[in-house]
Amino acid sequence: MDISLINLVPLLMAASTPILLAGLGELVVEKSGVLNLGVEGMMIVGAITGFMAAVATGSPTLGFLGGALGGAAMALIFGLLTQGLMSNQVATGLALTLFGLGLSALLGQGFVGLKPPATPKLPVPGLSELPVIGPMLFRHDLMVYLSLAAVAAVWAFLRYSRPGLILRAVGENHAAAHALGYKVTRIRIYAILFGGAMAGLGGAYLSLVRVPQWTEGMTAGAGWIALALVVFAAWRPVPLLVGAYLFGGITVLQLNMQAAGVNVPVELLSMSPYVVTILVLVAMSAAGAAAGAPGSLGRAFHASR
Amino acid sequence: MIRLERRPAPSKNWTYLAPLLAVATTMAVGAIMFALLGKDPFLAIKTIFWDPIFSPQFGSYSRPQLLVKAGPLILIAIGLSLGFRAGIWNIGAEGQYIMGALAGAAVALAVYPMELPVLLPLMVIAGALGGWAWAMIPGFLRTMFNTNEILVSLLLVYVAEQILAAASVGFLRNPEGGGFPGSRNLQSYPSAHNAEIIANSGIHWGVVAALISVIAAYVLLQRHILGFHIKLAGEAPRAAKLAGVNPARLILFCMGVSGALAGMAGLFEVAGPAGKVSIDFGAGYGFTAIIVAFLGRLHPVGILLAGLLMALTYIGGELAQLMLSLPAAAIQAFQGMLLFFLLAFDVFSHYRLRLAPGRAA
Repeated sequence: MDISLINLVPLLMAASTPILLAGLGELVVEKSGVLNLGVEGMMIVGAITGFMAAVATGSPTLGFLGGALGGAAMALIFGLLTQGLMSNQVATGLALTLFGLGLSALLGQGFVGLKPPATPKLPVPGLSELPVIGPMLFRHDLMVYLSLAAVAAVWAFLRYSRPGLILRAVGENHAAAHALGYKVTRIRIYAILFGGAMAGLGGAYLSLVRVPQWTEGMTAGAGWIALALVVFAAWRPVPLLVGAYLFGGITVLQLNMQAAGVNVPVELLSMSPYVVTILVLVAMSAAGAAAGAPGSLGRAFHASR
Repeated sequence: MIRLERRPAPSKNWTYLAPLLAVATTMAVGAIMFALLGKDPFLAIKTIFWDPIFSPQFGSYSRPQLLVKAGPLILIAIGLSLGFRAGIWNIGAEGQYIMGALAGAAVALAVYPMELPVLLPLMVIAGALGGWAWAMIPGFLRTMFNTNEILVSLLLVYVAEQILAAASVGFLRNPEGGGFPGSRNLQSYPSAHNAEIIANSGIHWGVVAALISVIAAYVLLQRHILGFHIKLAGEAPRAAKLAGVNPARLILFCMGVSGALAGMAGLFEVAGPAGKVSIDFGAGYGFTAIIVAFLGRLHPVGILLAGLLMALTYIGGELAQLMLSLPAAAIQAFQGMLLFFLLAFDVFSHYRLRLAPGRAA
C-alpha cells in the first residue's frame, strides 16, 4: 500500500473519529467532576446497538442514533449508581466496562458476519475539488465533520456559555456550587448521559464505518485510549483533537506498515498505540498535567441539607 | 419524601447483607434475561448454580473444576484487594497474569528436557517475578511521575497480549509442533507439570497457594502494621499522612504484591490446567478477579467465598452452554450485573433511608 500523505490523512481522520468522539464525551463528564471509567463498555454497547439499528432499518443515520442511545442507556446505569446511590466511581466504571463487554456479545449473537449499510461520503461542494487538500480534508462522511463540529461546540460551550460555566463550577467544587443553589446531581447526570451518547457514537463509527462489521470485543481498548486522551489534553477540547489525530496517525501508520510487510514484528506494531499512549501519559504527568484536573474529580457528592 | 442520610459509621449488618442481596437480585434479573433469550429461567438458574455441584451426572467432573477455576480468581483477587483498600487501582491483573505465565514457562522451556526436582519452584518464582515486574511499571510510574496507575496498568494488558501472541508464534513456539502456534505442553514434562496433588480433586499447587494467600492477607490486615497502614491510607488518607505512612512505599508494595500473585496464578495455570503458552491463554481471570475482590468486600475470607461463587458461575455457565445452548456471553453479562447490584446495595452500608418532610423549594 502506498504510504503517502494524501492517502494517510483521510485514513487518519477516520481512524481518530471514534476516540475523538468518546474522548470529547468523557472530557465533559470529567469537567463536571465525575470519573467514568466505563467508556470502553459504553463504546462497545454503542457499537452493537448502532450496528443493529443500521442493519434493521438500512439507514446508517438511524444506526448512529441507535449507537448514541445505547451508549446513553449504559451511562444512565452509571449515573443512577454513582449519583443516586453514591457508589464508588472507579468500581462502577469498571463494572460498566465488564458488563458492556458481556452484554454487547450477547446482543451481537445474530449479527456476526453481516455487512452494515454503507455510510455515504459527503464531499463538501467546491472545497473537495481543491488539489491535495480536497481529497485529504473534504471527502469524508458525516460523522467526521460532526466530530470536528463537536470539538468546536464543546470548546465554546465550556468557555463562553453560562451552562458551561456552571458545569465547570460543579466539577471544580461541588460543595460551593451546591451552596450557590446549583443542582449538582442533576447537572452531573446530564453530563454523564452526554458522555455515554458520545461514546456510543464512537462505538457505532467503529462498527459501521471503520471496520465495518460486528465482532466481539472490537473496541480493543479504544475506550481506554479515549480516557488517556482526556488526561493528555489536560481537560481541554482542542488539545484533545490534536491528541486523537496523533493516536489515529500512529494506528494508521502501523496498520499500513503491517500491510506493507515492513521488517518489524507484527506484534510490536500492534502494541505501539498502547505503548505510545503510556509514554505520552508519563510525559504529561511528569510535566504536571494532573494539576489541570477538575477539583472534585471522582469524589462522591451527597447533599446533607 | 424519602431521602438518604449518611450513617456515622458503616453498618456491619449491611456489609454482610449487601453481597447476599446482590447475588439474589442477580439471579432474579438473570432469570428474566434467560427467559427473554427463550430459555426456561428456573432450569437455567438450576443448571448454573446447582448442577455443577450436586448433579449426579456432571458433579464428578464439575466439582474439581470448581477449585481449578477458583484458585486463580482467589489468588489474583487477594492481591488486588490490598491495593483497592488503600485506594491503589491495579486493574491490569490480566496482563500480569500473562507475563507471569510467560516468565515461568520460559524457565521450563529453557532447560527442557532436563528433569530437575526444583524446576517447578523455580518456575513459580519466575512467574511471580514476571507478574511483579509488569505491575512495577505502573507502580513505579505512579511514584516517580504521578502517572495514573489505572490507565497504565490497563493499557499494559494489551501490550502483554501482543507479547503473548509473539511468544506463541515465535520465541516459545514448540519446535516440534509442525509450525502450529503454541509452546510445548508442560503437562507432558514431569518436572514442570503443576499436577493435581490429590487425583480428581482439582487441587493443584495454585489452589494451595490461593489458600495460603488468604491466610497471609488475613494476618497482614489484622495483625501487621503494614496492613493497618493499608486500611488507614484508604479510609483516612489525611490521618495516614500524619501517621507518617510513606505513600510511595505503600503503592509499590500493593502493586508488587498484586502483580506477583497474578503472575503466580498465571504460572500455575500454564503449567497445570492450560498446559501450554497459546494465543488464547488469557481467559479473563484478571478482570473477573476485580468482581471477586469487590464481592468479597475486599476481605480475605469474603474473597475466598466470592471466588468459589464466581468459579461456580463459570462452570455452571459452561454447563448451561452445553445443555441449554445458553450463549457464553450471557454469563459474562451476568457476572457484570452482579457487580452492579452489589454496588447498588452497598449504599445501605453507608446511608440509611429516612422518611423526611419535603424540603421547601
